[in-house]
Amino acid sequence: MSRQNWLLLLITLLVAGIPLTESRFYIFLGTDILIMGLFAVSLNLLLGYTGLVSFGQGAYFGVGAYTCALLMKKAGLAFPAAFLVSAFAGALAALIIGVFCIRLTKIYFAMLTLAFSQIIWAIAFKWNSLTGGDNGIIGIAFPPYLDSGARFFYFTLAVVVLSLYVLRKVVNSPFGRMLTTIRENPERTEFIGINVKLFQLMSFMISGFFSAIAGALFGIFNHSIFPDILSWPQSAEVLIMTLLGGMYNFFGPFVGTAVMLYLRLQVTSYTQYWPLIMGTILSVLLFFFPGGIMGFLQDLRVFSRGKK
Amino acid sequence: MPEPSFLIIQSLNGLTLAMFLFLIASGLSLIFGILRVLNFAHGSFYMVGAYLTYQFVSLFINAPGYFWWAVIFASCTVALLGGIIERLLLSRLYLREELNQLLFTYALVLILSDFARILWGTEQLSVSRPAVLKGAVDIFGHLFPKYNIFIIFLGPAIALLFWMILNKTRWGRIIRAASLDREMLGSLGVNVNRLFTVVFMIGSWLAGLGGALVSPIAAIVPGMDVEIIIDAFIVVVIGGLGSFWGTLLGSVILGQVVSFGILVFPRLSMVFIYVLMAIVLILRPWGLLGKPSQR
Repeated sequence: MSRQNWLLLLITLLVAGIPLTESRFYIFLGTDILIMGLFAVSLNLLLGYTGLVSFGQGAYFGVGAYTCALLMKKAGLAFPAAFLVSAFAGALAALIIGVFCIRLTKIYFAMLTLAFSQIIWAIAFKWNSLTGGDNGIIGIAFPPYLDSGARFFYFTLAVVVLSLYVLRKVVNSPFGRMLTTIRENPERTEFIGINVKLFQLMSFMISGFFSAIAGALFGIFNHSIFPDILSWPQSAEVLIMTLLGGMYNFFGPFVGTAVMLYLRLQVTSYTQYWPLIMGTILSVLLFFFPGGIMGFLQDLRVFSRGKK
Repeated sequence: MPEPSFLIIQSLNGLTLAMFLFLIASGLSLIFGILRVLNFAHGSFYMVGAYLTYQFVSLFINAPGYFWWAVIFASCTVALLGGIIERLLLSRLYLREELNQLLFTYALVLILSDFARILWGTEQLSVSRPAVLKGAVDIFGHLFPKYNIFIIFLGPAIALLFWMILNKTRWGRIIRAASLDREMLGSLGVNVNRLFTVVFMIGSWLAGLGGALVSPIAAIVPGMDVEIIIDAFIVVVIGGLGSFWGTLLGSVILGQVVSFGILVFPRLSMVFIYVLMAIVLILRPWGLLGKPSQR
C-alpha cells in the first residue's frame, strides 16, 4: 500500500475510535461530519472534477432523505430496502434533471440546477398529505439494530468509507480522468471524439446517487426531515464547505465539512451571528486561499520542498 | 367565474408586484449584462434600502415630504455601498472563474443579513405611506390603494428613463458597447474599470430604490433579501439575462402568474413559477427576449 493509503487507514481507525470516548457530543458531531462530508465529496465530483457548478445539489440530498423516510413510514419498507431504493431514486432524479441541465453551460447550468432544486423544494413544501409540508416528517425511527448513537455512527462510518472508496476509484479511473479533461477544456475533449455530454451526465448521476445516500442517512440520523434541506441556501452551504476544504483535492470537501461543522457548533454556542462569520470566512477564502485548506497545505509542501 | 371587476383588481395587484420586480430585476440584469456577474447580493441591497428608508423616515419625520427624502437618501446610500463593494472587493475577482464571483456575492448576502439583524433587530418594521398617497380609489366598486397606482405608473416611467439613457446618450452607448466587447472598448480609450463601478452603482441604486418604495406596503423583516432574489432571478431568466425589455416582460409575467396563480391553484402557484423558469431555460436559455450569447 502507498503512504497515502496507510495514512487513510490510520485516520479511519482513529475515527472509528470516537464512540469509545462515550461522549455523546463527539459521536453526534462525528456522524454529522461523516454524512455531510460524503455529501460534499459527491458534489465535488461535479464541481472539482467535472467543472460543473451545481447550485441545486440539495435536491438529490433531499430526494434521498424523503424517499428513504417515506418508504419506511408510509410504505412500511424495511430500512435496508428503503435505503438502497433512495440511493437509486437520487440517481434517477439526477438523470432526469441532468438531461436538461447538461445542455447548458456555466452560469446557465447553475441557474437551471437551482430552478430544478426549487421545483422539488416547492413540491416538498406544498404537498402536505405526502411530505407534511412545512412541518416535515418527524419521528423517523432508527431501525432497531441501529438504535443507539454509537451503532448508527459505525453504520454511517461503514457506508461513508465504502462510498468514498468507490468515488475515489471513480475519479482515478480512466472515466474520472476523462471528467478532469472535460473540466479543463470541453471543446478539445469533444474534438478527440469523446461524448462530453454523456460523461457529464454520468458524473451528474453518480453525484446524485451519493448525495442521496448522504440524504437518506441524514434523515434517519435526525429522526426528521424538513423541506429546508432542499432549499438553495442549503445547497450553497455545501458549496462553501467544499470550497473551504479545497475543490481540487479528493478529500478537500471532507476536510472543509469537518472544519465548518466543528466551527459552527463552537460558534453558535455563544453567538447567533454564524452567517456573518461564515460569510467572512468565505470572503477571506475567495480572496486569499482560492485552493482551500488542502490547496494551501499543498502549496506549503511545494514551497518547503523548493527551499531545500 | 369571478366577476370581471375583481379580475381587473387582481391584475392591478399583479402589476404592482411586477413593477417592484422590474425595479429590482432590471438592476440585476444590467449588472449581469455588463459585468457578467450574477449578483446574489442584489436582494440584500433591496433589503438594506428598505431598512435605511425606515431609518431615514424616523430621522426626517418632522420635515415636509420626509418620505421622499428618505427614499432618495436610502437609495443613494445603497448605491454608494454598492460602489464601495465593487471597487474594493468584487473588482479583484473579475479575472477568476465565475464561481468565485458568485460565491463572493453569496458571502455578501450572509454578511449583510447579519448586519441588518445587528443594526435593526429581528422585529418587523414598517413605514407609513406618504400623506399624498394615503387612501384608496374606487375602481369598478373595488377599493385600490393610491400608493399602488403610483407604483404602477412609476415603473414604466423609470423603464422609459433608462431606455432613453441607454439608447440616446453617449454614456448609454458606452454601456451598450461594454456588454458587447469590453476589451475593444478598453482599447478605444474608455476606462472600463470606472464604467463597471458606475454600472454596479446604478444597479445597486435600483435595488435600493425598490426596497425604499416597497417599505410602506410590505413588512421590513430579515429574510426579505433571500425571498426577493429568487423572484428576481426568475424574472431575468424568463425575460433574458441582460435584456432590458425582457426584464420588463418577465416581471409582468411573474406578477400576473403570482396574482392569478393564487386564485386558480393556490397550492401549486409556487411550483408553477419554478416550472416556468425551468421551461424557459430548457427551450431558450437566453430568455424570451434575450439574444444567444456569442461566446
